[in-house]
Amino acid sequence: MVEARLRGLLLGGLAGDSSAYHAFLKDLSAHLRAFLRKRLVNLPEEVEDLVQELLLAVHNQRHTYDPRQPITAWVYAIARYKLVDLLRRRSRKESLNDPLDEEDDLLATSDGEAAEARRDLAKLLADLPERQRAPIIHMKIEGLSVAETARLTGMSQSAVKVGVHRGLKALAAKIRSES
Amino acid sequence: MRTEELVSLLARATEAVDPRWLARRYLIALSAGTAIATLLMSEWLGVRPTLLRDLSVPMFWAKEAFCAALGAAGLLAVARLARPGRRPGWVPIGVAAPVVAMWLLAAVALLTADPRDRSVLIFGQTAGVCPFRIALISTPLFVGIFWAIRGLAPTRLRLAGAAGGFAAGSLGALVYSLHCPELAAPFLGIWYVLGIAIPTAVGAWAGPRLLRW
Repeated sequence: MVEARLRGLLLGGLAGDSSAYHAFLKDLSAHLRAFLRKRLVNLPEEVEDLVQELLLAVHNQRHTYDPRQPITAWVYAIARYKLVDLLRRRSRKESLNDPLDEEDDLLATSDGEAAEARRDLAKLLADLPERQRAPIIHMKIEGLSVAETARLTGMSQSAVKVGVHRGLKALAAKIRSES
Repeated sequence: MRTEELVSLLARATEAVDPRWLARRYLIALSAGTAIATLLMSEWLGVRPTLLRDLSVPMFWAKEAFCAALGAAGLLAVARLARPGRRPGWVPIGVAAPVVAMWLLAAVALLTADPRDRSVLIFGQTAGVCPFRIALISTPLFVGIFWAIRGLAPTRLRLAGAAGGFAAGSLGALVYSLHCPELAAPFLGIWYVLGIAIPTAVGAWAGPRLLRW
């Protein structure tokens, strides 16, 4: 049932229906959070960061969803890939670090509902080049249209679209390289 | 940024995704790769002068079908492994079947041949250079196919890389076959397979390095 509902929402989103797509991402983030909480019992502070990283990945790779394929399989493969990636990065970092901060785990086990992401995407967004940052701010945060954004920035309409697309990809790449 | 804000940001003003995007990317990669590989083959080695005469030789078509079947299996493998959550399925069978068929043909050819002719069937005249030429000619296809995969989101990088290398190698062998004078099944079953194995191994090595996202 969840499968059919999410699939319908995503297909709507792929066809350009923003509200279906919004519902899809919202539902998905709840599922991802539950999935990751179970698997990152020892790293609860990473959960919300990874939820956000996964949402960005799902969005950037949404063109790779094959409608004949169960959505669970597609999302799970992405989640697993990013989870393994995170654990690999951490183990590399930890092998360099002093392992004494283990007791921090003790305090971190109380896991409130409204976990905050530690990574600030807004800050990463601010670091993007202007041609990517401005279209994202105007269109995706202020809700302006392509035409309005183009007029405001002096960019062409296709450059605005490309800027949004590349900017979100660059954001995902920044997350990967900073952690 | 809270997660709900990110959700709103991503969902707001989304463009519809063009379903033909994928097919177009593969088409660009394959046509450019094949064109450059063919140019490389014809400028460097030349199309075999007896090609027209060979069109009536059944073994010539067996050779073409062998390379084409491997190429098709490789491309199907790429199509599956380049996106998240698709299993290889029956791809291993599609890869193995043409090889096994060629080896059966080779066994028949070797068993029915005069023992003194066997080494010619195996080594032909170009055994020493054939695998390397196939690997070299498949390079443009390798680049094109890796570029196409990079636009997708493979989650099993080594497998996806190997599949890309295999597809490039098989199509490279198909291009090379227009130059190559060898028609003996034992030759094809050994040296062509080896030539395709080189880009496959390179792909398996390069996958985790070049295909990360």
